[in-house]
Amino acid sequence: MQRIIAASSLCSKILRKERQRALFSSSSLLFDDTQLQFKQSVRQFAHENIAPHASKIDQSNSFPKEVNLWKLMGDFNLHGITAPEEYGGLGLGYLYHCIAMEEISRASGSVGLSYGAHSNLCINQLVRNGSAAQKEKYLPKLISGEHVGALAMSEPNAGSDVVSMKCKADRVDGGYLLNGNKMWCTNGPSAQTLVVYAKTDVTAGSKGITAFIIEKGMPGYSTAQKLDKLGMRGSDTCELVFENCFVPEENVLGKEGKGVYVLMSGLDLERLVLSAGPIGIMQACLDVVLPYIRERSQFGRPIGEFQLIQGKVADMYTSLQSSRSYVYSVARDCDSGRVDPKDCAGVILSAAERATQVALQAIQCLGGNGYVNEYATGRLLRDAKLYEIGAGTSEIRRMVIGRELFKQHSSNQAALLVNLSASEVEVGRRGTVENKARLDGSYKAKSLSNQTASSWKSTPAKGFHMEWCQSFGNRWFMES
Amino acid sequence: MVAVKRVVDYAVKIRVKPDKSGVETQNVKMSMNPFCEIALEEALKIKESGLAKEVVAVSMGPSNCVDTLRTGLAMGADRAIHVEASRDLVPLTVAKLLKKLVEIENPGLLILGKQAIDDDCNQTGQMIAGLLGWPQGTFASKVVLDKEKQVATVDREVDGGLETLCLDLPAVITTDLRLNQPRYATLPNIMKAKSKPIKKFTLEELNVEIKSDLEVVQVTEPPKRKAGVILSSVDELIDKLKNEAHVI
Repeated sequence: MQRIIAASSLCSKILRKERQRALFSSSSLLFDDTQLQFKQSVRQFAHENIAPHASKIDQSNSFPKEVNLWKLMGDFNLHGITAPEEYGGLGLGYLYHCIAMEEISRASGSVGLSYGAHSNLCINQLVRNGSAAQKEKYLPKLISGEHVGALAMSEPNAGSDVVSMKCKADRVDGGYLLNGNKMWCTNGPSAQTLVVYAKTDVTAGSKGITAFIIEKGMPGYSTAQKLDKLGMRGSDTCELVFENCFVPEENVLGKEGKGVYVLMSGLDLERLVLSAGPIGIMQACLDVVLPYIRERSQFGRPIGEFQLIQGKVADMYTSLQSSRSYVYSVARDCDSGRVDPKDCAGVILSAAERATQVALQAIQCLGGNGYVNEYATGRLLRDAKLYEIGAGTSEIRRMVIGRELFKQHSSNQAALLVNLSASEVEVGRRGTVENKARLDGSYKAKSLSNQTASSWKSTPAKGFHMEWCQSFGNRWFMES
Repeated sequence: MVAVKRVVDYAVKIRVKPDKSGVETQNVKMSMNPFCEIALEEALKIKESGLAKEVVAVSMGPSNCVDTLRTGLAMGADRAIHVEASRDLVPLTVAKLLKKLVEIENPGLLILGKQAIDDDCNQTGQMIAGLLGWPQGTFASKVVLDKEKQVATVDREVDGGLETLCLDLPAVITTDLRLNQPRYATLPNIMKAKSKPIKKFTLEELNVEIKSDLEVVQVTEPPKRKAGVILSSVDELIDKLKNEAHVI
């Protein structure tokens, strides 16, 4: 029996069937039982509490007024996944954080981005670098969702070249005076607690950067206009203005002049957690497309029976699954203490670019309807695009990875074979590598010196990090 | 004690196996039976109000039942029991196994879902009450416990409306849809569930034989709805009713 389906009823049919179709999304090859339950639980929460608002958030360019999503997510213990239990966190690792990020992003890209900025850029930086007093003061309210967190490093004239930032922090009695601007700060308009990077020594290049904790209401600190963005609408972004803003001594995060370590090491983990964002968006694309190709008929058959559509959907699926595998494998590595900047940049590079392509294909599968804003696909594309830019543009990420590979495979000595498998690491090359277990604290890198090759094994329980010598200096730090 | 069953998720589109021996369960999402969730929620509420010390979740079947038990533990059950059985169990066998477990555990209250959404038998609760000789309040839409008097007042949804029964404890209650809204498993509880104990029993240990008195002959989909036919006159209607449908 042929049915004539009007556009709007097709749309609502899809929304109803969404729950049904989404059921084959979890990959049991990646997760164990507890992680699957965790994922399912966050999925249910996001589906019931965030997804219904997604479209309106995008249209109105703001979070819903009638519910406090921050508080809801805080009540569900989503903010402090990587924070210690004593502050209200769950004390889990990046794998779980990525799982939560994926499911929230699947419900709404904007909420996902804001959530990522709050829970990883702000909260996790405080967890990793904050003093006990700072953690005690700021974490509980951030984790409960009462306060919103943000992080500001980029400036109007310092994006990719973030180390050239001009925001100054002049030493005064009892603290510092901040002067300057910050740009593209996610959650800026609503944040009560912000991590801000400024130069305490403008002549020292990267070594002159210090990280500060700023509170809303500090005299001299204000936020300028909310930015009108292409996508991620509703995830409020704005410019921050500092005019002789006094910041007390105790609000320095980490050590004076050591801000760049806070920044760079944080960036790796930021890229990892944010890379789950495009994964969620790709999943959301499949959630929309798969029911649609069953419902929509042309030439007497559902369009899902045509090979070209099946090809598109297959490409979307394999992009999603392969990106997902990469993201969660790297997350596992980071949880074991092996944080490799190449892989952290690699996951978000590949996931973001694929997400844009998947979203484009999703629009194509929906055809004319894909071009209509009543369907989610347009929003998914606009949201996906951000991930190629924020947390380091694709170009910068490529530079990071390429340069690392070049440096590591040095010329006439034995090639570096760093096989970061779960159980052993073999290093056969010029130099020694220090083996320390460090899951938190600052992450440093030092170059190899002219010493005899040594090979060693490390067990999963011990992490390792390499220290790169100071001589690489500014060139190593010229990235964001 | 709460008995829970692992069934095909309610939102999944069911397909019949090509050999018509049953429903396709491979690679299909499975979860806890919705009525069992309601039963577990009720048990947790009773425990939280201080009227019970412990909630034990029980499930019977192959090893993947443990998934369902973990969900139960994540919702808040204190411990779980898994009865290992490789074949599909009919309600009577389940009831006999439950009887043995009740004799071991001595719960004050046995709560089950009214029926499972895969077989819709609606028998286990009633059978176990019969085997134990316990009072039963089935299709419960409201449960109030009085610990001092050791009674449970149960509102039942029956065809005629609502019936209120007063049961002496220990008793069997089976839950209906409107009893409560099951809670989310919170994230901290999901992590804690990993360390809660699941005790395993085998059929031999419990000394229950699986005797299948019933054999599934065939499982087919209901016939597809045929298109309606628009008739042009009453005569045609009478003709069709008489000669095609044979009802007059």
